[in-house]
Amino acid sequence: MGRFIVRRLLQMVFVMFAVSVLTFFIFQVIPNGDPAERMAGKQPREAQIQAIRREWGFDDNKFVQYYTTMKKVFNGDLISYTTQLPVMDEIVKGLPRTLSLAFGAAILWMFVAICFGLYSAMRAGKFADRFLTIIALIGISLPVFWIGALMSYYLGYRLGWFPNGGYVEFTKDPVDWAYHLILPWTALAILFIGFYSRVLRSNVLDTINEDYVRTARAKGLGERQIMIRHVLRNSMIPIVTLWGLDFGAVVGGGAILTETVFDLQGVGQYAAEAVGQLDVPPVLATTLFAAFFIVLLNAIVDIAYAYLDPRIRLQ
Amino acid sequence: MSVSPVPTGDPLLTVEDLRVSFATEEGVVQAGKSVTAMTLMGLSRSPNARFEGTAHYKGTELINASEDELRRIRGAEIAMIFQDPMTSLNPVMKIGAQIVEQIQEHEALPDQQARERAIELLEKVGIPRARERIDNYPFEFSGGMRQRVMIALALSCNPSVLIADEPTTALDVTIQAQILLRMRELRDETGAAIVLVTHDLGVVADIADRIAVMYAGRIVEHGTLDEIFYDPQHPYTWGLLGSIARIDRPRPERLPAIAGLPPSLANRPEGCHFRPRCPHEFSKCSEVPPLEARLEGNADHTDRCWLTPEQKKELREVRPGEIGLPDKQTGVNAA
Repeated sequence: MGRFIVRRLLQMVFVMFAVSVLTFFIFQVIPNGDPAERMAGKQPREAQIQAIRREWGFDDNKFVQYYTTMKKVFNGDLISYTTQLPVMDEIVKGLPRTLSLAFGAAILWMFVAICFGLYSAMRAGKFADRFLTIIALIGISLPVFWIGALMSYYLGYRLGWFPNGGYVEFTKDPVDWAYHLILPWTALAILFIGFYSRVLRSNVLDTINEDYVRTARAKGLGERQIMIRHVLRNSMIPIVTLWGLDFGAVVGGGAILTETVFDLQGVGQYAAEAVGQLDVPPVLATTLFAAFFIVLLNAIVDIAYAYLDPRIRLQ
Repeated sequence: MSVSPVPTGDPLLTVEDLRVSFATEEGVVQAGKSVTAMTLMGLSRSPNARFEGTAHYKGTELINASEDELRRIRGAEIAMIFQDPMTSLNPVMKIGAQIVEQIQEHEALPDQQARERAIELLEKVGIPRARERIDNYPFEFSGGMRQRVMIALALSCNPSVLIADEPTTALDVTIQAQILLRMRELRDETGAAIVLVTHDLGVVADIADRIAVMYAGRIVEHGTLDEIFYDPQHPYTWGLLGSIARIDRPRPERLPAIAGLPPSLANRPEGCHFRPRCPHEFSKCSEVPPLEARLEGNADHTDRCWLTPEQKKELREVRPGEIGLPDKQTGVNAA
């Protein structure tokens, strides 16, 4: 276990280093990437641009620039080129919003997908199964920006059942927090519900034919106990892996569209705006943030996997 | 050999004219042993399965029983040991939990007592350090040990009938002997009747009191161990006995076998199913012979062959003192 964690930490450092190098240098080579020109405003004088270059260190060797930028990342004093605001403050502000969205949606999609998948498998080939299959395929096909916009317009604006975007802090009012998040959670979860319930359905159908399920039946166990203790537990192993990875991906940027549609101002929305303005420091910071969560969740998934399936030992 | 006297009184479990067919099953070669065993516990039920005939356990009809009725019987009254111990235990549950689960399904025992019972059971089937091993997972056991766990599981509610579906097929011979010995001892200890499904006559000779020989879904002969081994009436039984490789005889060129293949279940021959492979076939064989006693003064020994007992006595002796079946085409003796 100790060795496993050390190895994963090393892996994380390597991944984040590679990600930072790639992100940084991509913004050096893309056209219209010179930040000094943009910072100088409309129709600047050459001297102004030069001054900004000198002040921000854009004249330095690219590698030196990378080094100083990364130093700022670790010291937490990275400044946005566009807004001139500290990047760290924005991320700290956006983090609880992004995590609230991701956590809620992940729990929602897992729960609903288990219900749908299990029910579908138990009714395999019958009407209910086919109906849920169609629903799942529709869910998978709906882009989140479209369904999100529709929900926001009809349920939020026209009917007024839900608030029209925005975020309330959990510590301030948990009920209002959830109330504001219901639509974003649903919009984000729909895609995953469709996908997960399909995967779970096929896993359950595979597991149902296993010899140990027949043994469970021969013991005289009830159908519910057989399904939950013997079938579901074994069918869930691959799903939990998927879940961890998807959760990491959602925190690390998968929720960009949802956050933007519902104006949650989380980290994803911040990243999206930064990319639109070719604002390197926030892009770099949010990319590292994303990489961090994805690698972290990968490690957590591996640990959870070993817990769920005792045949797997971490080494 | 432990041949206890055939028990008298009302039979515990009776099966009559049981026939199971599956709509989609085609061309599968099998005698129907396992399917019959599973059907008794309602484990072969599926939308494609059709059942004919009856089976009774202590007066309860099993074939058409409701799931709820069956659930009360399964595990508690009739328990089952399956063929492959490697896949028959849930890989992600501790073996103790799997045994406790069954005990608590049928008896209202608190956790601690159920656990103690599970430990006792594991000790009884010969698992060393049962108190520690109870918290191990199936993958931490060898095949033979897993089959012992399966037996402990099956015995956990003191069933009256234990159906063992080829319990030693997946094990090597040494382990096989140990498991059979243990099963025999447990049978004598607990008084449970064992229904053993197997194609291994060595195993049968070791443990059985009564034997039913099945061919292509039908029982072709039924009698006591001695009757089947020393006075077999059906040519298929002769063939089975003739194809045992014997260590006390000179080694034959080829292992004796019954020529031909079992029929596919989709198109079994009219009349006696064994007819196409039987060298003693004659005109009457196109009619299905009923399973009935044909020997004078022994109503218990039944078979499905039209030959007279005198003909059988003569035909089955392929060499002096040796039972067997000549090849239908070549006439070469299988024994």
